[in-house]
Amino acid sequence: MPKNNLRGVFVNGIFNENPVFRLVLGTCPVIAVTTSAINGAGMGLAATFVLIGSNAVISMLRNFIPGKVRIPAFIVVICTFVTMIQLLMQAYLPSLYEALGIFLPLIVVNCIILARAEAFASKNGLMASIVDGVGMGLGFTLAMVLMGTVRELLGNGTVFGFSLLGASFEPVLLFILAPGGFLAYGLLLGIINAISNKRAASKKHEEVKAA
Amino acid sequence: MRLSEIGIFLFFVNAAFSNNFIFSRFLGNCPYLGVSNKLETATGMGVAVVFVMGIASLFCYLTYEYILVPLGLQYLNTIAFILIIAALVQFVEMFMKKSLQSLYSALGIYLPLITTNCAVLGVTILNMNSGFNLLESVLSGVFGAIGFLLAIVLMAGVRERLESSEIPKAFKGFPISLIIAGFMSVAFMGFSGLVK
Amino acid sequence: MNLRVSTGPHLLTRENTQTLMLDVLIALAPTTAAGIYLFGLRAAWVLCVAVIAAVLSEYIWLKLMKKTIVIGDLSAVVTGLIVGLNMPAGVSLWIPALGSAIAIILVKQLFGGIGHNFMNPAMFARAFLLASWPARMTSFLLPERLLGTSQAAFGVDMISGATPLVTKARNIPLSDLLLGNIPGTIGEVCKVAILIGLVYMLVVKVVSWHVPVFFVGTVALMSWLVGSDPLVAILSGGVLFGAVFMATDYVTNPMQKIGQCIFGLGCGAMVVIIRSWGNYPEGVTYAILFMNCLTPLIDRFSSKRVYGMVKKHA
Repeated sequence: MPKNNLRGVFVNGIFNENPVFRLVLGTCPVIAVTTSAINGAGMGLAATFVLIGSNAVISMLRNFIPGKVRIPAFIVVICTFVTMIQLLMQAYLPSLYEALGIFLPLIVVNCIILARAEAFASKNGLMASIVDGVGMGLGFTLAMVLMGTVRELLGNGTVFGFSLLGASFEPVLLFILAPGGFLAYGLLLGIINAISNKRAASKKHEEVKAA
Repeated sequence: MRLSEIGIFLFFVNAAFSNNFIFSRFLGNCPYLGVSNKLETATGMGVAVVFVMGIASLFCYLTYEYILVPLGLQYLNTIAFILIIAALVQFVEMFMKKSLQSLYSALGIYLPLITTNCAVLGVTILNMNSGFNLLESVLSGVFGAIGFLLAIVLMAGVRERLESSEIPKAFKGFPISLIIAGFMSVAFMGFSGLVK
Repeated sequence: MNLRVSTGPHLLTRENTQTLMLDVLIALAPTTAAGIYLFGLRAAWVLCVAVIAAVLSEYIWLKLMKKTIVIGDLSAVVTGLIVGLNMPAGVSLWIPALGSAIAIILVKQLFGGIGHNFMNPAMFARAFLLASWPARMTSFLLPERLLGTSQAAFGVDMISGATPLVTKARNIPLSDLLLGNIPGTIGEVCKVAILIGLVYMLVVKVVSWHVPVFFVGTVALMSWLVGSDPLVAILSGGVLFGAVFMATDYVTNPMQKIGQCIFGLGCGAMVVIIRSWGNYPEGVTYAILFMNCLTPLIDRFSSKRVYGMVKKHA
């Protein structure tokens, strides 16, 4: 992969192929842990760490892993990084560790990470794979923070713990309960689709005009 | 929530309804959203998950209790469980292909997808965290999976019904499915607190 | 004429939507009148706001989506009125307004408009509000005017925070339960008015008896089985109101008669289960919502192999 394409790889993960809002992969933590912006950010960064690590290692080993056992091999690599982040977080960020709960070990089966290993890291060089990991991880983190922000703002009136809507706002509690995760995700996804449809339509319109 | 305290019926209600994998534990969303557009495929997926979650719970319990704990390697649980699940799924697939042709043709295509169904790994970790014994682990796997089956079948029913509906273009597919899931999750709030 | 072909339980065999909705409105009239009489002008405001917000939401959505404005079919009026009737009379007015907007936009229009929603809009709106602002949604007023006798049956504490089913514990005369001398939402308290509405709907064949009878019958039977007075069980809380006006919603309950019986049975059973063992004092809302989720499956398996059930031959 040529060097000047690295920026494309990086941006790709954040916008065009945003794992949460474009590919709709790894949806469980998106719904489960985004009850606050800080939890969303924590989960996003943990997944980013694993993604960069696994992408890098898998890219380096891509010529040594036999095709038939590649999936189990990928899982072992991913799992190593997950166990690392689990132990690190337990030691240094115990409250976040508690908040993320079972979803931290479950990063192992997060489709995004396996999908990037299979679709990108196993076919590309080290540098590109790392950049892909950073871009995808950042895309995932931003989406998690967006979900967390919306839910925390509506459901609690705060963002990252700061009160934003004033004392007279009565929070829509449902948004930090179970159904709120599904509803917020569905509505955000729909709105993002609507915006990009509109942009695509106006682009087409301009092209027609230019021609 | 121990089996000996609440009995098998409430254990079932708790695992399948009050703490439904989809609606209150948020595990297994990918297949729930991905293979729920037809009732037949949704049922196939659900039944396959019941099968795999039951045996995965059994084998992961045995591995944890008789291999990892004696060796003091508990911190390797995630890696051990996921490898067991991946191997089990492969094994079940091979076994079915050889000796249970009819079942294989019905469920075969769903099996590989189950390896990365986080509900399967999820239930084994939850069993371990709750300190369940052998029977409790297997039952919580099977009952939890029945809850998943219920959720995915309900979803498929609604989605089939909506096939001819004029849903706004931006909301077709995943967004409307997520909103349906949100509605169902509200309905399932009625089951909360049934098992105390 | 613009006929849209679509599947689902919304075949209007009788007349067009407008006449149907008009009949529902007539059936709701006694309940509405009783609610306003019992709870005073305050209730009238709540209902007004709910109806206006529903119609306005429908209008704005249809306008934004560049669709034909069909608010003349009165379906938004019915939805708004039912949302309002599900409120306590003393609720802040932004709550019914928001409830109607949720019911119309989120539950109905997002799924393709009338006939396409799989959940009852008013019931979902109520559940949404109840989960978000539990205190506001359960602060019930005592009726301002009492039709019957005993105000003494309630202490002053009943004015707020108490739920309709709390009355079960105290010995309320049956006449009070029937006429509506109990705290509760605007629409659910006066059972006589609800029954008049039911009779009207049965006579003009807007609904069939299956859902209400199986719903209320199951509640009575199961309440008796768990050891409470069956008559009090069906006359307190929202059972009758839910069974007559929400569970009978032709869009969100099964098409076949046998399916409607199962639907009613399921609703009734779940109400008693939630009342007896659940986290909530009343279960009518969740019962109807859960059975709404089951409706497509009930339809599929009760439609006598009309579609989907025929085995494919390989």
